[in-house]
Amino acid sequence: MRGAGMKIKIAGVTFGYSDTSVLQDLWVDLDGPQLVSILGPNGVGKSTLVGCICKILEPKGGAVLLDGTDVRDIGLKALSKEMGYVPVSSSDSFPMNVVDAVLMGRHPYSKWKTEDEDLEKVYDALVRLDIEDLAMRQFNELSAGQHQKVVLARGLVQEPKVLLLDEPTSNLDIRHQIEVTKLLKELSREKGMLIIMISHDINIAVTYSDNVLLMYNGGIFAAGRPWDVITEENIRTVYGVDCKIVDFKGNPHVILDDTVELSTDEQWEQPYTSEDHPALAMQDKG
Amino acid sequence: MSRLDEAVQSTGSGKDRFIADYRGYLAVKILTVVGILVVLLLVTGYAITISGKDVGFLETYGYIWNHITGVTYEFRSPEWFVDYSIFDIRMPRILAAIIAGFGLSVCGCVMQAVTRNPLADPYTTGMSSGAVFGVSIGMVFGFSLNSTFGDMGIMFNAFVFGLIPAVFIIAVSAGKTRSPATIVLGGIAISYLFSSLSTIAMMYASEQTIRKAYLWQLGTMERVTADMLPLMFVGILVCSVVVYVFSKQLNLLYLGSGNASTLGLDVGTFRTIMIVITAAMAAAIISFTGVIGFVGLVAPHVMRHVVSSDNRYLIPAAGLLGGLFLLVCDTVGRAPFMPVELPVGVIMSFVGAPIFLYIIVRSRKGAL
Repeated sequence: MRGAGMKIKIAGVTFGYSDTSVLQDLWVDLDGPQLVSILGPNGVGKSTLVGCICKILEPKGGAVLLDGTDVRDIGLKALSKEMGYVPVSSSDSFPMNVVDAVLMGRHPYSKWKTEDEDLEKVYDALVRLDIEDLAMRQFNELSAGQHQKVVLARGLVQEPKVLLLDEPTSNLDIRHQIEVTKLLKELSREKGMLIIMISHDINIAVTYSDNVLLMYNGGIFAAGRPWDVITEENIRTVYGVDCKIVDFKGNPHVILDDTVELSTDEQWEQPYTSEDHPALAMQDKG
Repeated sequence: MSRLDEAVQSTGSGKDRFIADYRGYLAVKILTVVGILVVLLLVTGYAITISGKDVGFLETYGYIWNHITGVTYEFRSPEWFVDYSIFDIRMPRILAAIIAGFGLSVCGCVMQAVTRNPLADPYTTGMSSGAVFGVSIGMVFGFSLNSTFGDMGIMFNAFVFGLIPAVFIIAVSAGKTRSPATIVLGGIAISYLFSSLSTIAMMYASEQTIRKAYLWQLGTMERVTADMLPLMFVGILVCSVVVYVFSKQLNLLYLGSGNASTLGLDVGTFRTIMIVITAAMAAAIISFTGVIGFVGLVAPHVMRHVVSSDNRYLIPAAGLLGGLFLLVCDTVGRAPFMPVELPVGVIMSFVGAPIFLYIIVRSRKGAL
């Protein structure tokens, strides 16, 4: 399978803007094809971490290693064949049809002219996401759910081994949220991709993710299998929300209660260090 | 067998149809570009027949063909006069209008991609007013940042002062808090700043210079002469070709800097290069023709809806439409039925503003 051995090592990543620190010494390994969800409240540095992984941001300390190579040492063009990124969807865009919008994902491979091979890949991606009937529609006139799938199709035709998505399910109704998240899990299997997404819906994320990464105040609070990470205590500390966790179809399911006083303790110890941090891998082969 | 493979197998013919559809769609875009070019050539022919020596519409093409193929006429023969009046009096002005409209529209396409803002063009971002100031101090004080005086010195002034707003645009569009409004509002602020500086410069000018500078600020093709054309033509052509070569990279900027970077583009460097090139183009045009607004906004905007925003098609289509648009405005401005000859910039705004408003209102849900 393509990309079988691919690994991302987040090795002591530290990031900050001039005087504020956003990420502080993060350690975690992500091994092989799987779906990983990054969870955590607003402003804890989820997008920053994703930015550091795909070289949009440069860490101030530490490094992100892709199969053992520091991403800083990989040229943008070469990296674009390994790693794809789907930003938070924005509604503002210039008039352009869906095929053109998806074709841009072929940029790392394509020449000036649009080749049949590129179009074939676009078609396959559209069929896979079940949106081939939208091909000639205007991208900026689609609904949020369709829009998200088109952006995802662009990520697919890029054929990366690692795909990072910043809140792919924001703005979507529940049906589309489930559909897109499920799709990501399936794609991680079909194409052997390591897919990392930021999400705000714990229950949907947990249902389809192999592993979750719970972030808190610029660090990783917990990482691993959903049952180990999504606990009543963790949710209370990280989100400041009381909840009850029940077993629903074998996955932890969060039933929300009321907000609680947020801990004002800025000094907390991250559980993971350079010597001792988890290596997250796929749960099953199914 | 994966679901993907199944899907691919069962829809083999669908794929062929899909590719054929898309190729057809590209062909329509190319035809549109060719269509605008044809209309442009027709209007050029018509524009030559206006004012001065009488030449028939179709006759003009004969003269142009003969001129290009090197046919010479007997000195001071009737044909010689016609040829002279076409190529030394009317053509420079017509070509200047086409080149200026083309260049400003290409600038618009590029700046809109770079700032991800459909309202960006040399005019709205303040580049024009910067260039105006550069030209004003050149005219009034004979001050030039370059040792060569005359046209080149003034053009260099326009370029350097046009770059000041450009630097601002680079800083703003690269910043974290970029919003579509910021760039345009910043452009307006810069415009006012430079306008006031230009006005101050005018306080020290002679009446004659003020008149000259005023007309120039309105945007006019009157001052363009045959000897200026080659420089203008080559400059705009080279810049346009460079920009056009990077069409696909410009497309990537639509996706935002993060996504463009993960598709392999060094966004910061690329954006800077593009803005410097557009500043050079805008400055070159402005220093010849004065300030002409709207064309850089309207032509790309119209064409985005016709050939879509893929710069490989948008840049030529919008460029040609811009050239056509400016030529029509200039031709109307000096048409026989006009009581006085109106500067092209005035007509441009008079025609362009309502069209632009109409487009904004009509396409509320789309871009903008």
